[in-house]
Amino acid sequence: MTTSPHRELGLTDEEHDLIVSILGRPPTITELAMFSVMWSEHCSYKSSRALLATLPTEGESVLVGPGEGAGVIEVAPGQAVAWKIESHNHPSFVEPHNGAATGVGGIVRDITSMGARPIALLDSLRFGSAEGTRTAYLAAGVVGGISSYGNAIGVPTVGGECIFEPSYEGNPLVNVACLGMVETEIMRGRADNPSNVVILFGSATGRDGIGGASVLASAELGPDSADKRPSVQVGDPLTEKLVIEASLELVAKSIISGLQDLGAGGICCPASEMAAKSGTGIRIDLDAVHLREPGMAPFEIMISESQERMLAVVAAERAPEVLDVCRAWELEARVVGEVTDSGLVEVVVSGATAASIPAAALASQAPLLRREAVRPVWLDDLRAAPCGDAPQEDLGGCLLALLASPGGASARWIWEQYDHMILLGTVQGPGGDAAVIRLPGSAAAVALSLDGPGRLCHLDPYEGARLAVAEAARNVACTGARPAAVTNCLNFGNPEKPEVMWSFQEVVRGIADCCRVLRLPVTGGNVSFYNETSGRAIHPTPVIGMLGVLQDATAAVDIAFKAEGDLIALLGTTQANDFGGGDYAAVVNGALGGPVPHLDLQREQALHRLLAQAAADRMLSSAHDLSGGGLAVALAESAMAGDLGFQLTAQPHMESHRWLFSESPSRALVSLAPQELDHQRAAAAALGVPVTTLGEVGGDTLDFGAFEVALADAAAAHDTHPFGAAP
Amino acid sequence: MTVRAAVAVFPGTNCERDCALVLERLGARVELLWHTEPDLHGADVVVLPGGFAHGDYLRTGAIARFSPVMDAVSAHARDGGLVIGICNGFQVLCEAGLLPGALRKNRGLSFLCHWTEVRVCNHATPFTGRAEEGQTLKLPINHFEGGYYCDESTLAELRENGQVALRYEHNPNGSLDDIAGITNAAGNVLGLMPHPERACEALLGSEDGVVLLSSMIASALQAA
Repeated sequence: MTTSPHRELGLTDEEHDLIVSILGRPPTITELAMFSVMWSEHCSYKSSRALLATLPTEGESVLVGPGEGAGVIEVAPGQAVAWKIESHNHPSFVEPHNGAATGVGGIVRDITSMGARPIALLDSLRFGSAEGTRTAYLAAGVVGGISSYGNAIGVPTVGGECIFEPSYEGNPLVNVACLGMVETEIMRGRADNPSNVVILFGSATGRDGIGGASVLASAELGPDSADKRPSVQVGDPLTEKLVIEASLELVAKSIISGLQDLGAGGICCPASEMAAKSGTGIRIDLDAVHLREPGMAPFEIMISESQERMLAVVAAERAPEVLDVCRAWELEARVVGEVTDSGLVEVVVSGATAASIPAAALASQAPLLRREAVRPVWLDDLRAAPCGDAPQEDLGGCLLALLASPGGASARWIWEQYDHMILLGTVQGPGGDAAVIRLPGSAAAVALSLDGPGRLCHLDPYEGARLAVAEAARNVACTGARPAAVTNCLNFGNPEKPEVMWSFQEVVRGIADCCRVLRLPVTGGNVSFYNETSGRAIHPTPVIGMLGVLQDATAAVDIAFKAEGDLIALLGTTQANDFGGGDYAAVVNGALGGPVPHLDLQREQALHRLLAQAAADRMLSSAHDLSGGGLAVALAESAMAGDLGFQLTAQPHMESHRWLFSESPSRALVSLAPQELDHQRAAAAALGVPVTTLGEVGGDTLDFGAFEVALADAAAAHDTHPFGAAP
Repeated sequence: MTVRAAVAVFPGTNCERDCALVLERLGARVELLWHTEPDLHGADVVVLPGGFAHGDYLRTGAIARFSPVMDAVSAHARDGGLVIGICNGFQVLCEAGLLPGALRKNRGLSFLCHWTEVRVCNHATPFTGRAEEGQTLKLPINHFEGGYYCDESTLAELRENGQVALRYEHNPNGSLDDIAGITNAAGNVLGLMPHPERACEALLGSEDGVVLLSSMIASALQAA
């Protein structure tokens, strides 16, 4: 079969026809390339946009919602933060080190483009089973890439998650979230006022990453994926650091009127989006773009995804100031074009027009797709399958197995490779329920958590998505923070498959419903489709990035037991049958089936309020979310974090393994000084949260009553490296 | 009088703001000096902060030593002025020949960011005056190239002259003789891999870094 150019670029025949009718003529090759990136799934959200519109996005603290570089939320009077998550899944599979590194770079520029200084990064990583042939290679490459890039740009990597699961064997997930603090004013991607000029600054433009958005992000991978390596960009963190500083100085000095980073889609993307948002046009003179190599074709310059570049819009008379600031930071900067009133993105080479396209057509007129959604026929069988709640004789052995499992073991080997302390804000770093970051120059802090329960969403995408939001909110609530805003990264298979589309639809519905009840605005995010290799899709994996607010950083609570003699209490109710999709089921019984745990959002919300109040009143010594592995794992984690054992005295009113390992949501494990108990009980009663005292902190064993595990043995199990030793 | 501190900033330096914040809190007046600056503007102490000067491309500190500001730093050190190089700053001082030896990749060949216990081995330096002899300090490390190395005769000299200012209690990176920080023979230049500026607040995990930085400021005051 001979393929026409538009098909090779990933455009369908229908899309090609529409392009011809928009232009009134056949497109040039430059125009075709521009349409192919801007109308790719990755840039246009053509399969997902209609559904994403159902997410709640408003709230009194939301200063900027979806549609800009990042959402902006007011966390305290006069203090605003930008918060967003992005995926870099396919690039990380093709070239793990640079794929992950440039994933960090991209989200950091998104945050910077809002006029916010990046102050924290979190990563949600998923790989195939730890025994998989490529897993160690991919994990080491991804972690090394994040480490080398994030550390060098001086932004602390303060948290995240890393999960090993066969479903991600052929398609790892690398989702990176970034928090920024608005330093002076909120900047936006605008190209106002015809006669303003357009300045490109940062790295030179080269041939790397040509077609990354369309080639990598919007198609499935197959056995020949290594051939796509030239589409992965190469990162230069030194330049990124300078780009951050120069951008923030341009904003602080109120020199520029618009700023957008270059990521997927190269220059083409900010040029068309900024013009479209402002109702203007932009003319780009490609002769002015500083290139890394000679002989680049116009289309290559327009869609190159070379990293560490920004596009700024500035009044013509102030252009020299921009060039001066960039020169001071030793960055190349050139005036490459101007804002026009034509409504067109025009590309000029040697005085001749290489492209002339309505900006709005590129930015927002990709034909929306109403993809077919069909509930998978296998779902009923899966839900009827055993949920994995079979009892085991050796409960201590079960606990050790959970603590040592690749997903349950400590991720210390990962986060010790990340600078998690720079900027002097890390009140709580990796290893707890959520990171707590004090805002620069402020007493307030934010708590940040990422959660993406793929197994739950595989069993039940709607309930799984609700559980994901609830758990992420509970994570930040355990630190004493009030859950305040959500960013999300929705990782799915091929949306052209009706079953994938159905799960996507259900997940979005679950997130929307849960966020409405918990009053959490979704301020932005990212959709990553085509996470399939050789036809096998990943579990539907919505990664929820939760931001919580703590008015006083010194009130933050962590998971570690603090003092001998403190009482241990469970807040919330354990249901005997909440095993479906859980860690006990997977690790101990090798099962994935049945119904997922039942979530009651009224109980969930009451728990969050109680935790926030208890932290503000300084009643708690520790608080820890109950999730994977249930009560037993939470107890062990709090003990290991504080290097203090415990003795349980409570008698379970159900089979022991259910009491210990059931994963009912809306629960937290707390420890507190004995004299605080009555006060805590009263506060809990007022909010309708059940309190069960379990026992006491102390000693060097995890004493569950019916069995014991030495604290040292638990810690040794927890330190198990997923690959046996550092890769 | 107020101690004036110059914090040198190379392209890729990233701990300059943290150092400035902490030194100001300890009473110093701080100026950030871009690496092309040939003059220290009368600073009493010079701080070479952590980060990745010039991207650490080629070799850590190898390009930074050629920055114009380093001529001024060398002159300041020759005249007996106080210089502290933290992490990447230590690497730059070694490359510039202001301190002997070099820093190699960590024993485990991976980046390490975690807390360490560091013992003060010489409390008679301008940077350790406020420490007790043998006091241990809780300070974080954050580096890939932190394993100190030098030849045997240099090591013997360092020991003999009391130039080994700080040693790790539990060697994290394969550093020779557990060395975490050394001074030059005159004692006015200190290079250390741990980050004292990250340990100046109980909320962040430790206040022990204050011992080193406030000793430095007190010494500068005394000298003035």
